[in-house]
Amino acid sequence: MPLARDPNFAEPGRRYFRDFSPGDDFYQRLIDAHRDLTDEQSALLNAKLVLLLANHVGDLALIGEALRLARQDVAGPGPD
Amino acid sequence: MLKTYAYPKYDYRRPPELDGTGHARRPVIVVGAGPVGMAAAIDLAQHGVPVLLLDDDDTVSLGSRGVCYAKRTLEILDRLGVGEAVCRKGVSWDVGRTFFGEREVYRFNLRPQPDHKRPGMINLQQYYLEEMLVARCEAAGVEMRWKNKVTAVEPQADGARLTVETPDGSYAIACDWLVAADGARSPIRRMLGLDVEGKVFTDRFLIADVVMRADFPAERWFWFDPPFHPNKSVLLHKQADNVWRIDFQLGWDADPEQEKKPERVVPRIEAMLGRERPFELEWVSVYTFQCRRMQRFRHGRCLFVGDAAHQVSPFGARGANSGIQDADNLAWKLALVLDGRAPDRLLDTYSDERVAAADENILNSTRSTDFITPKSSVSRTFRNAVLQLAGRHEFARKLINSGRLSVPSVCTDSALNTPDANTFTGDMVPGAPLDDAPVESNAQPGWLLDHVGGRFELLVYAERAADVDAHTLLDLRTPIPVRPVLITASAAGRSALPMLHDVRGRFLERYDALPGSAWLVRPDQHIAARWRRVEPASIRAALARASGH
Repeated sequence: MPLARDPNFAEPGRRYFRDFSPGDDFYQRLIDAHRDLTDEQSALLNAKLVLLLANHVGDLALIGEALRLARQDVAGPGPD
Repeated sequence: MLKTYAYPKYDYRRPPELDGTGHARRPVIVVGAGPVGMAAAIDLAQHGVPVLLLDDDDTVSLGSRGVCYAKRTLEILDRLGVGEAVCRKGVSWDVGRTFFGEREVYRFNLRPQPDHKRPGMINLQQYYLEEMLVARCEAAGVEMRWKNKVTAVEPQADGARLTVETPDGSYAIACDWLVAADGARSPIRRMLGLDVEGKVFTDRFLIADVVMRADFPAERWFWFDPPFHPNKSVLLHKQADNVWRIDFQLGWDADPEQEKKPERVVPRIEAMLGRERPFELEWVSVYTFQCRRMQRFRHGRCLFVGDAAHQVSPFGARGANSGIQDADNLAWKLALVLDGRAPDRLLDTYSDERVAAADENILNSTRSTDFITPKSSVSRTFRNAVLQLAGRHEFARKLINSGRLSVPSVCTDSALNTPDANTFTGDMVPGAPLDDAPVESNAQPGWLLDHVGGRFELLVYAERAADVDAHTLLDLRTPIPVRPVLITASAAGRSALPMLHDVRGRFLERYDALPGSAWLVRPDQHIAARWRRVEPASIRAALARASGH
């Protein structure tokens, strides 16, 4: 299974009338999770979030693909 | 005085009440002749209700202010008789483009489907809309009183007493129902001691309307962090008369008085457009905004509509649009209550339905504001990560939020809806505003929404006219009249009922229609109930429910 790059957010059982709503729901939760944190605390939260989601995905090929795409446009190419 | 527009001045006339004559009690007084107050007044007049409209000024909106009128609003304005004028004068657009730095990262189209009468959005300076609404108020028989300022309100069990100040002195007048459309600072709300709760955003924005000849397409262009205005956002819209609206984020520390000066504004615009493009400043304003609403929009005999009841950030054009939808929701309910055909609790559902809509508008416009102006460094990092990913990945494009443009709420939780007993697919659920569709009536091409609205109607779908028993539908004998309308797949045949031919099959597709399916539609073009097979008893029950019984 390739890495999903099309919109993929949803809440089971919930009906959406507007296609932007599930993504906006996710984004608000993400930003809300950082409320009142210092930059250092936010960086720690983000690291833990990546680890939790990576463990859920599990497939190292997929994780490798995500890491490669995440590094794009950030700096030079990363290690293989 | 603007370069492209001369403000009309409406005549003040000495009210007869000052001389002890006139009707000292009115069924409905609307306070505030802005777009929302006038929409409510026209709609009530179209329902046969005598309306007195009071305004403390004698002209239209100063400055262009509200600019974007969304598809659903245009459909309501069609029903009120000004849609055509608005669309003729306005600039129609569907496409929005979003830039990050110098690069375009996302493009949306507000009208993904063909075969709708109205476009996704019309841009028109607010004063033009108001001028058209004034003319329509006069034609519809609304009594308008300019330079009539309400200075006191005394709520009563069966209405309200007002004190009204004019250039010739004050007079007292009473009404059974008061509609407060007197804007964000609502003096009526204040005089009644009612609260409006929410949050103020600590940011300032500069609006510059400029007159220029430019061959840019009629699209909405939005920049995150452009080279000509680093680290902040800019929005460009085209209005009528070659007027362009440019909206610059300034930040909270900006001095509003300084920023309005031409020597500050002109260089910002030159940085954006280049020095070689001539333009003239038309109107400049610096604004802040809040997202807040009243707890409920009905207080006894006083009904709050538009900005008086709720306010949102401007990103998404959800202010004027939602206000006009308030009027659309309120007018038929108030007309039925005044007529004694519905209990006054029907007006509680005005508050319930529009409070839910206000919450949706506040949620969406707050999210847009948080995306456009991130409040923390981590929030900015996520925002910029989304914009960077959007260049390559579809999912990230969907997350870009430069304003979720006004779309109508679906009143899914309304007490007026009859829950589905049969299975339907698609979005035309009870509580939804009707989707438009091209239809032909007596071989004349037209649109569904031009044939429906202003009263309860029953849409019945059939293959052929002969398949439907017109007699039963014409003899429903409901306490509130229900006008049956036949929608047919085939143009052939005749019926005693008004007949609309679903000429392109869009009704079939959008409403998940099968032969025999029927929809009970409210006067504001929202679905109240739907069935696969129509029975007089279920129509009566759904009608009773939809009218608050």
